[in-house]
Amino acid sequence: MPELGRAALVATLGLVLYALVAGAVAARTRRRRLAESAQTALLLTFVTTGVATLVLLLAFARNDYSFVYVWELTSDQLPIQYTLAALWGGQAGSLLFWLLLLTVYSAAAVLLNRRASRDLTVWVVPVLATVMLFFAFMLVVVSSPFATQVAPADGRGLNPSLQNPYMLVHPIFLYLGYVGLTIPFAFAIGSLLARRKDERWIVATRRATLVAWTALGVGQLIGSKWAYEEVGWGGFYAWDPVENAALMPWLAATAFLHSVMVQEKRGMLRLWNVLLVILAFSLSIFGTFLTRSGILSSVHSFTESPIGAWFLGFLAFVVLGSLLLVFARLPLLRTRARLESLVSREATFLYNNLLLVALTLTILWGVTYPIVHEMFLGESRIVGPGYYNFFFVIFGLPLLLLMGIGPLVAWRRASLRSLGLTFAWPAGVAAVTGLVLLALGAGSSIPGLIAYSFSAFVLASIGLEFVRGTRARRALSGGSWPSAFAALVSRNRRRYGGYIVHASIVVLAIGIAGASLYDSVGEGRLTRGSSLAVGDYRLTYRDLVERPGANATLVRAVLDVERGGEQLGVVEAGKNAYTVERQVSNEVGVRTDYLTGEDLFVIAEQVNPDGSVYLRVFVKPLVNLLWLAGFIFLLGSLITLWPDAREQRRLAVRYRGAEAHADS
Amino acid sequence: MSLALVLGALLAAACVILVARPYLREPVTEHDAIEGPGELGQRWLELSEVRDRALGALKELELDHRTGKVSDEDYRELVGPLRREAADALRALEPRASAQERVKAERPG
Repeated sequence: MPELGRAALVATLGLVLYALVAGAVAARTRRRRLAESAQTALLLTFVTTGVATLVLLLAFARNDYSFVYVWELTSDQLPIQYTLAALWGGQAGSLLFWLLLLTVYSAAAVLLNRRASRDLTVWVVPVLATVMLFFAFMLVVVSSPFATQVAPADGRGLNPSLQNPYMLVHPIFLYLGYVGLTIPFAFAIGSLLARRKDERWIVATRRATLVAWTALGVGQLIGSKWAYEEVGWGGFYAWDPVENAALMPWLAATAFLHSVMVQEKRGMLRLWNVLLVILAFSLSIFGTFLTRSGILSSVHSFTESPIGAWFLGFLAFVVLGSLLLVFARLPLLRTRARLESLVSREATFLYNNLLLVALTLTILWGVTYPIVHEMFLGESRIVGPGYYNFFFVIFGLPLLLLMGIGPLVAWRRASLRSLGLTFAWPAGVAAVTGLVLLALGAGSSIPGLIAYSFSAFVLASIGLEFVRGTRARRALSGGSWPSAFAALVSRNRRRYGGYIVHASIVVLAIGIAGASLYDSVGEGRLTRGSSLAVGDYRLTYRDLVERPGANATLVRAVLDVERGGEQLGVVEAGKNAYTVERQVSNEVGVRTDYLTGEDLFVIAEQVNPDGSVYLRVFVKPLVNLLWLAGFIFLLGSLITLWPDAREQRRLAVRYRGAEAHADS
Repeated sequence: MSLALVLGALLAAACVILVARPYLREPVTEHDAIEGPGELGQRWLELSEVRDRALGALKELELDHRTGKVSDEDYRELVGPLRREAADALRALEPRASAQERVKAERPG
């Protein structure tokens, strides 16, 4: 039923066009029924886009190759889970997925705010409709997933690297993050359009921003896990432009989540916060443009891409339009509050913001420089990992340290005597950790040693915060230590949830430093019975086996693993030969030591006709802390996100009071 | 193909009816203006933010003091101005607050 899919998308286009025009007129003329009508149109886009998505999913489920999009991405042999996940495997489907998620976010934002914040929501609707209009237009006019043909006997199959369980969820999280950043953007722009000076837009979007940021963070970690196991070059992050496309908006959103606290607590950084929201949203559009326009392959494929120029035009419209609006509303964004001291909590947030934005812009330059160079000088250039790693260390290490300093410093100003009281323990723990690690030989990498010492400092400061907070809570209301701890976290969810997120970043940093700076590598050609030693491990090549898979032939080198004379079992590495796709993928072998978090990582680079194999083997200490960090990150985010009844009541009083004082 | 077109037409018709519903429900009304806080309510809202910020800062200072992050001397120095700020903010929200008091409440620290 491609016609139904097309009709549903045309209906979406009509609805968002109406929501934009009617919503803008209603906001300007303050006409209630027109505003309600525009909001209904926006809500209905979820239904129409949902119908279009359902039609496409059904076509995938039935392997209906009369849909060109289905034929391009699936085959009869493809397992059903990958067949359905192929929905976001290509350009048109991923645009449809973007739009579907945007309709979900928009519907939730409108439903949750249309009563509590009626006059702001009125202005938000046309902004959301503008973003939706772009994607609906692309799907109807430029890149339709409902193009049809005479159905061939079989499909072309899915790229083997996408046939991985992580790929079933990685894009969902990533898109939830990219798309979710539209909500704070729409509310910030709506607030400016409405000429509001209050912070309603921040309160209204706090949860949506956190959901988007969490999803983007988790999505990147899942992507790293996929790259680690599926792409099989021995790493988890390669500073690839596609990876950077997700990292940049996440960094900008991280900066916003910190600086917004300064606005809430001190009334400062109003302009900065609006600019950060615009930056985060623009980078999410830029990320989608990068991955979907073909510009990363070459400028030529960009010019041939049907969507590239449209995306670039929309991006320019978003950036220029937003900045012009900010300029026009500058008087509303001025604040009288000033930084009282360079040693204060708000100052540490400011330093954190400067470092995060500097890192974001550095990565942005690394991504755009090769494109700009090719565009103007006709030669392609590559910005390698060396560039990114350098700045990652330069900006990342101070950022890590600030995570430990921030919680120890009071708001407004902190005296030397207060700092002495709070810094002594964490600084001592960091110094002892550094010395012990130095004695154990970790001095082979200075950045690694610094990273571990700073990590110890941050973990100690976070631990101290929990201990002191629980003690104070217990002194105030009595009870046991666990109940005091639970009450402390429950009454200050944002603060302590935030600390848990910080702890996850530290665990991540420890994992990254361990796996990247202290790893061992070995390689060699092995014949049956021969061995290769890497680090403390010895691998003996036992046999080469071949077996059929669901849609591929699997070839595996079977290797016996031994460490310190102890047999640890078998690891298998090899290749998959996909029949329909006519592609061969590397399938790495990983043996995890759950006690130490270390991985033995084996890549079968070559499987030779004489039965010998060429292996590349890594020993990656602490690499599993990366994935553990993901769970801690999620836990911290959930605590922060969990509704706080006390705060809800306080905000309800605030906004009911404003309504009671209405003069219109 | 015909079923798809019928479904598409039904979908479009349902959308049109639902979008037109506010006008179908109330073809004529005297109250078509969007209610909002207005200028006075907006001002009240901004002042309540100042009040909440001041009270929040006091709460934060108390917690920092109890947890040992702020020494007794620093606490004594900081608590006075914060209490005054909170009191100013609360006074400004009182119905009979003068314009001068409202301006004072909005002034930082």
